Amino acid sequence: MKYQTVIGLEVHLQLSTKTKAFCGCAIDFGKTPNSGVCPVCLGFPGTLPVYNKAALKSAIKLALAFSCQIQEHTKFDRKNYFYPDLPKNYQISQFDLPLSRNGYLDIISEGKTKRIGITRVHLEEDAGKLIHETNSSLVDFNRTGVPLLEIVSEPDLNSPQEAFDYLTSLKNIIEYLDVSDCDMEKGSLRCDANISLRPEDVKELGVKTELKNMNSFKGVKDALVFEVDRQAELLDAGQTMNQETRLWDAENGVTVSMRSKEGAKDYRYFPDPDLTLFVIDQAMVSNIKAELPELPQEKMQRFMRDYGLSEYDAKILVSSKKDAQFAEDCIQQYPEKDKKIMVNWLIGPLLSEANCRKLNLHELNVHKDELIRLIAFVENQSISHLSAKLVLTQMIDSQKPAALIIKENNMLQISDTYALEQIISGVIQENEKSVSSFKAGKTNALMFLVGQVMKKSAGKANPKVVGELIKRRLTDA
Amino acid sequence: MAIDKETVEYVAHLARIELKPEELDKLSRQLHDILGFIDKLSALDVGQVKPTSHILPISNVLREDKPHICLTPDKALENAPSKNGNFFSVPKIIE
Amino acid sequence: MELNQLTAHDLLDKLKSNQATPEGILDSLYARIQKVELKVKAYARFNPADKPGVSPRADGLLSGLPITIKDNICTEGLNTECCSKILNNFRPPYDATVISKLKTAGSSIFPLKANMDEFAFGSSTENSYFGTTHNPWNLESVPGGSSGGSAAAVASDEAIWALGSDTGGSIRQPASFCGVVGLKPTYGRVSRFGLIAFASSLDQIGPITKDVEDAAILTRIISGYDPNDSTSVNQDVPDYTNSLGKDIKGLKIGIPKEYFIAGMDTQVKAVIEEAVNKLKSLGAVSSQVTLPHTQYAVPVYYIIATAEASSNLARFDGVQYGYRAKSNNLIDMYKKTRAQGFGEEAKRRIILGTFALSHGYYDAYYLRALKVRTLIKNDFDAVFKDFDCIVAPTSPTPAFKIGERAADPLKMYLSDIYTISVNLAGIPAISIPCGFTKEGLPVGLQIMAKPFNEEMLFRLAHAFEQNTEWHKLKPRL
Repeated sequence: MKYQTVIGLEVHLQLSTKTKAFCGCAIDFGKTPNSGVCPVCLGFPGTLPVYNKAALKSAIKLALAFSCQIQEHTKFDRKNYFYPDLPKNYQISQFDLPLSRNGYLDIISEGKTKRIGITRVHLEEDAGKLIHETNSSLVDFNRTGVPLLEIVSEPDLNSPQEAFDYLTSLKNIIEYLDVSDCDMEKGSLRCDANISLRPEDVKELGVKTELKNMNSFKGVKDALVFEVDRQAELLDAGQTMNQETRLWDAENGVTVSMRSKEGAKDYRYFPDPDLTLFVIDQAMVSNIKAELPELPQEKMQRFMRDYGLSEYDAKILVSSKKDAQFAEDCIQQYPEKDKKIMVNWLIGPLLSEANCRKLNLHELNVHKDELIRLIAFVENQSISHLSAKLVLTQMIDSQKPAALIIKENNMLQISDTYALEQIISGVIQENEKSVSSFKAGKTNALMFLVGQVMKKSAGKANPKVVGELIKRRLTDA
Repeated sequence: MAIDKETVEYVAHLARIELKPEELDKLSRQLHDILGFIDKLSALDVGQVKPTSHILPISNVLREDKPHICLTPDKALENAPSKNGNFFSVPKIIE
Repeated sequence: MELNQLTAHDLLDKLKSNQATPEGILDSLYARIQKVELKVKAYARFNPADKPGVSPRADGLLSGLPITIKDNICTEGLNTECCSKILNNFRPPYDATVISKLKTAGSSIFPLKANMDEFAFGSSTENSYFGTTHNPWNLESVPGGSSGGSAAAVASDEAIWALGSDTGGSIRQPASFCGVVGLKPTYGRVSRFGLIAFASSLDQIGPITKDVEDAAILTRIISGYDPNDSTSVNQDVPDYTNSLGKDIKGLKIGIPKEYFIAGMDTQVKAVIEEAVNKLKSLGAVSSQVTLPHTQYAVPVYYIIATAEASSNLARFDGVQYGYRAKSNNLIDMYKKTRAQGFGEEAKRRIILGTFALSHGYYDAYYLRALKVRTLIKNDFDAVFKDFDCIVAPTSPTPAFKIGERAADPLKMYLSDIYTISVNLAGIPAISIPCGFTKEGLPVGLQIMAKPFNEEMLFRLAHAFEQNTEWHKLKPRL
């Protein structure tokens, strides 16, 4: 039986504000346990929360970037449950009046654009960390109270690959907004997945399984791939699915059922009386919207339009905010008519180097001024294009300036016609067959002869000039 | 409305309070009476009335994103019934 | 008169004119406590071996004058236990905002905390882990609650003045039972930061004093905007002493007909009517008003307050502070700690509140209660359009006997019938002594005003007080 896969993703994002959501403790990881805390985030009796202005702003920024509708009236609710990493035994979160709803993210998956709905983006606070020992658990509250955004997608994803693409696009945009480190390895971005299968012709959703404990985007994809197979097998065998939560075991490549808990949880949500209502009026939203940076999609379109890049190349450049910034800085040094020169260098040799080394463009540590100097050497024919690529490699490896590398390796091109004539004479003498071919009208022969001159000159001859000289020599004679 | 012992037991579990059988009995009876009294509210017509979850007409109370001085781990753990180095310690968590 | 028998304002005069020292006042208090405390038990933890500690400095506005603090207000380094086993020996690492304000004003904080009903759950101070407080006017009677210790201490001259907290009448009712002055400020007037929360949308800290002038001085000191409390209002605090000594000619007083019900004590009714006549003889004009939803106040309160309390008290679980039951697994530890650490009334309210918020009952109970709260508030708004204040009894009966209502929770709850609506509406109210029953038990007169109009309360209360002698009488101990 063929099944349709239905996936929804829940992302928890830590905001990179200076301080926590409800108190002034600085957020700083890698600290001594329980040293980045205060009576408020410890939930000591008598303490009260006050929400972080910067966190609210970041949240609105993010919601707008995903085209969400911002609720004019929003509030915090208490989500009540008992766990040792939750000092008040309730989490301050949002229930029925979340900050924003009904947004979307367009992804390009397998060549096609698809719109993935974003149900809601809401505000909440993080819990602490637990370390489990044999007969006890240790609690560190440093992370308690860090501001989180919960981003919930509609169940619009229909394959593990789409889920992966959704996460990369999501991260790309968040990076541009500069509101979070969004690093799954560091824990500033966490993702849970909900997956169900249904027969292709059925409209109702199947029974969903919640997946947790994925630590990377690839992990999310792998876990979903495994689940699709597991669930298809079960359904084929006629078994009924029960709603459950499963943990991804990356080491063994399987999902494992969590021992079933007591039924559905009753969180007893109610409006938090310690926090006021929030009114997010149009003016506030417009101000924040005006401050939104250019997002990847827009930037991609603009690169295509203004710099003549293909969609493919433009997409690669914008996939990293810093890369896009670096590229733009370089391109803008050139007048309109010459921009193409830099563009070609970026999408050609630079990108090649980056791919080889599995780095981003900006991580190559090539300074834009040095790159421009290198290109100038080529443009004024001081070195050949081929040589320039070698220089680039060395610039990245050694961090030495172009001029120094060219000098040390004696790479300056020979454009001096007298010197070149000498070499050309030698080549013409040694390659009578090619000379005759050329005279007979075969233009390829010219390329060959030029190649020979390049060889003899250890790559230093200016191939353009050589070509001209050989042509003149052979047509004149 | 009636509140039966089963419900009281379930709610006590939600509230993480262990009740002895006699306590459960007594509490169920008392809560039954109290809820009976509270039920007079159901006679009121509140259809069009907006709920008051905050009595004050204030909104948008926020604070600046500026760090303050944190507690030292010693101070944070001063009242802890059980600790292990700079950690609070709790008994084993059995799911 | 002994120093401990004087009012705060008299002592401040003496301190400033060097006729008394803070040490002298403390010694006087301790001498009194040694004499009567074993009978009254106004303080949570009193050991006859207790001696005054470090002498306070005669600084600032309050010149080192000591103040007694209720056991649910955080005082740095001093036991703050809400008179509960579950907070056994809790020493907060911070001061409540009101404590900081008092210290800044030069007050010294009396090291013994006033007894109270555990977590403020009660109207008689019979629910304290440390034992029952006795009414100084009749040791077999209750002092009222939950601030019974504060009221008894002021009445018996074991304190000069005190702070209490009021969620449903917990300052006013004990003040009326003990023949002293007690004020609940407008919700948001005084910071709740550091007040161990019972019901966050109802709680307020307020003064319990020997006369109205003391209450005016103390209210001013503790009031004001606190950026650590999102529910604190940013509004100037007037000098309430400016409201003293004013006449009350032409002030319009509303007498709510619903507060003179069949079940009320006939003596209380007579004393109150006499008091109203007194006000009229001073020039005030009274008429009957209606607060039609009065009968719903107690049920509404017991849903909202217990719901909020069930969430506020979830943090008492043996993890970070207080009592922890022996156990080898977490859930068992939670359940036993809370079973053994909380008293009966606390458990009853937590379970009732949890029920009101639980799935399936939220709409019928909690949400409905919030709606009726609106109706109750509207009742007061309507009256205050035409009247300067409302005058009523504080309690339907004088102090009842210890043990009389302890076995019947519902009967106990009904003793709050005249005070509860005030908290639901968020308005300020004061109770002042206005007479005695034949048995020698004090009767309190309650005055209510519209939000942030404490000035009206002080004006009327002071005029009444200065034209009567009730406040000068002291119990014979």
